[in-house]
Amino acid sequence: MALLEIKNLKVAVEDKTILNGVDLKIEPGEIHVLMGQNGVGKSTLVSAVMGNPSYEVEGGQILFDGEVITDASPDERARKGIFMSFQNPLEIPGVTMENFLRTARGSIKGTKEKIVAFRRELEEKMDALGMDHAYADRYLNVGFSGGEKKKAEILQLLMLQPKLAFLDETDSGLDVDAVKTVTQGIRHFHNKENSLVIITHNASILDGLDVDKVHVIGKCKILRTGDRSLIDRINEFGYASVTEEV
Amino acid sequence: MFEVEEKTRVDAIDRTLYDFKDKLDPAMIVNSGLTEKVVRQISLEKEDPEWMAEFRFEALKTYNSLDIPTWGPPIDGLDMDNIVTYVRPKGEMSAKWEDVPEDIKNTFEKLGIPQSERKSLAGVGAQYDSEIVYHNVRKEVEAQGVIYTDIESALKGDMADVVRSHFMKLIPPTDHKFAALHGAVWSGGSFVYVPKGVSVEIPLQSYFRLNAPGAGQFEHTLIIVEDDAYLHFIEGCSAPKYNIANLHAGCVEIYIGKNSRVRYSTIENWSKNMYNLNSKRAIVEEGGIIEWVSGSFGSHTSYLYPMSILKGDNSRMEYTGITFAGEGQELDTGAKVIHMGRNTSSHITTKSISRDGGKSNFRSEVKITREAENSKSAVTCESLMLDDQSRSDTIPVSDIRNSKVDIGHEAKIGRISEDSIFYLMSRGLSEDDAKALIVGGFAEPIAKELPVEYAVEMNNLINLEMKGSIG
Repeated sequence: MALLEIKNLKVAVEDKTILNGVDLKIEPGEIHVLMGQNGVGKSTLVSAVMGNPSYEVEGGQILFDGEVITDASPDERARKGIFMSFQNPLEIPGVTMENFLRTARGSIKGTKEKIVAFRRELEEKMDALGMDHAYADRYLNVGFSGGEKKKAEILQLLMLQPKLAFLDETDSGLDVDAVKTVTQGIRHFHNKENSLVIITHNASILDGLDVDKVHVIGKCKILRTGDRSLIDRINEFGYASVTEEV
Repeated sequence: MFEVEEKTRVDAIDRTLYDFKDKLDPAMIVNSGLTEKVVRQISLEKEDPEWMAEFRFEALKTYNSLDIPTWGPPIDGLDMDNIVTYVRPKGEMSAKWEDVPEDIKNTFEKLGIPQSERKSLAGVGAQYDSEIVYHNVRKEVEAQGVIYTDIESALKGDMADVVRSHFMKLIPPTDHKFAALHGAVWSGGSFVYVPKGVSVEIPLQSYFRLNAPGAGQFEHTLIIVEDDAYLHFIEGCSAPKYNIANLHAGCVEIYIGKNSRVRYSTIENWSKNMYNLNSKRAIVEEGGIIEWVSGSFGSHTSYLYPMSILKGDNSRMEYTGITFAGEGQELDTGAKVIHMGRNTSSHITTKSISRDGGKSNFRSEVKITREAENSKSAVTCESLMLDDQSRSDTIPVSDIRNSKVDIGHEAKIGRISEDSIFYLMSRGLSEDDAKALIVGGFAEPIAKELPVEYAVEMNNLINLEMKGSIG
């Protein structure tokens, strides 16, 4: 059974149709890459799967673990194991990252996290991402640089351990070293049970990752699906080179 | 202050923890209304010194000559003819809880006062309706020369002259109508005296509980801190809810000596039938500091603007406040400051939250006199409205009489963004939890200034209020 199955999904934002009939299947352990020009609806797809109420599903179905989740609230989806990293993570003043993450994990797992053990685990994961422990005590994303925010999103991924994670341009705005760290974090997270959907414009975030499928979005749907070689073609010859043949 | 476990079982809207009522069983009670006869009765009952009896009658005259203020929230639901101004609880004031009548003692037990006293306070005063029923201070604090007692004892004891020369000198009855009312019928409250050079390391706390329906509470807190000293004073108050109006018109006067610092923390959790028309004022000598920390959660209508007079050069004030107005509440809060000395500074930082049609207004006045050169003042207020019915207004006033000043004012009014809610929900938090977390975070910079028990209490209140009101 597929981990995620999207059937003929139609999504509108403020009455404007952005996606019109998207089909996508992701199996446990797979890594998919979503590509496409700016503004074609990559983030829309992610937001719709996460259940953002600003995105209206006009038709089609989303199934997760075989269960229809098209009408589930975002927190229900998160509890089932879906995660998305935000392109522009929100700042939440007055709430420390540690407190937030402990609350979040408590909500997802339905358990009460032990304070000391949780802190230790958090610091280990911060070390893996080269983050100063002081960030744990800072208010969530407040005053973080663009790169720090992206790392913080990956830290959340590592702490929440979802079954399916969407990483929406996590590499954008990062310097070469930061991309490396983030990629390491992703590798650290990925295993045979969980799946990843990575939205990106360049291949360096995929270093060392076993990409199963690459999808190109355009004209409100998935125009083309292929293997890793699609990325190189797009980077060399542009999107038209892979979509015009369709 | 309160046991967390106990609180979480409490229904959010009923405020059951505060709402338990004792049977009305006073030793003495006056008729409702404010007449010369009532004032005489109070004065006789309290065995006032002669000057105080005269003071009361003079204040009554002033009261009758002044108009009800019209610049603030409406208070026409308050009819003085229906207010009982004096209710003496049974029993005598004692320094031992076991001497306090059983039901009154139980009330303070439920509010967690004796527990806090053992844990984290240097002294406690507990007032029930019109009189202090318990007052005690740790021996080692007393040994430093600190006096902490009910104000009635001070009025008649060794400090009689000191009380007389300070009582309602900062807030004279002519100040406004409810100050005059206070002058006429005041009863209860605490007196604190900190000698020169003494630092009271752990806080003192007075707690005011109003139990009688339709009654008023008019306690007077007088704090005198000599030079080079430190004091943290905590004031708490609550009342059960009745269907008729109750009134609180207390008075706090604080005298701060050279290079001394006083922190005055208040958590006001009156029931929602309470008119809270309170006056607080501090005068600060050279190099002294007043810090006000104020949490306003309860009452039907509040007028509350602690005022600081920065008399001495280099004196400072800091006001940190949070106001949470729910259904049917209009809370008009803020601060006033007068810069008189040179190089004085004031920082006013407030946050307000309104929901379910509640109204929360911020009102401030910064006055800088001609002499107060090189003074600085910064006013920051942020309001968060949780729905379309709620309201929030900002009314800052400044009156600057010299040009060598540095003043700033910043106001922000906003709502919780849908994007923030979605962000938190995408991490598994329910919508209510997401909102509560955001509101709690908004309040956090203020919460961390509160005494720790109150900060915990405030967070619980926010969580409960949020869950009870938003769906």
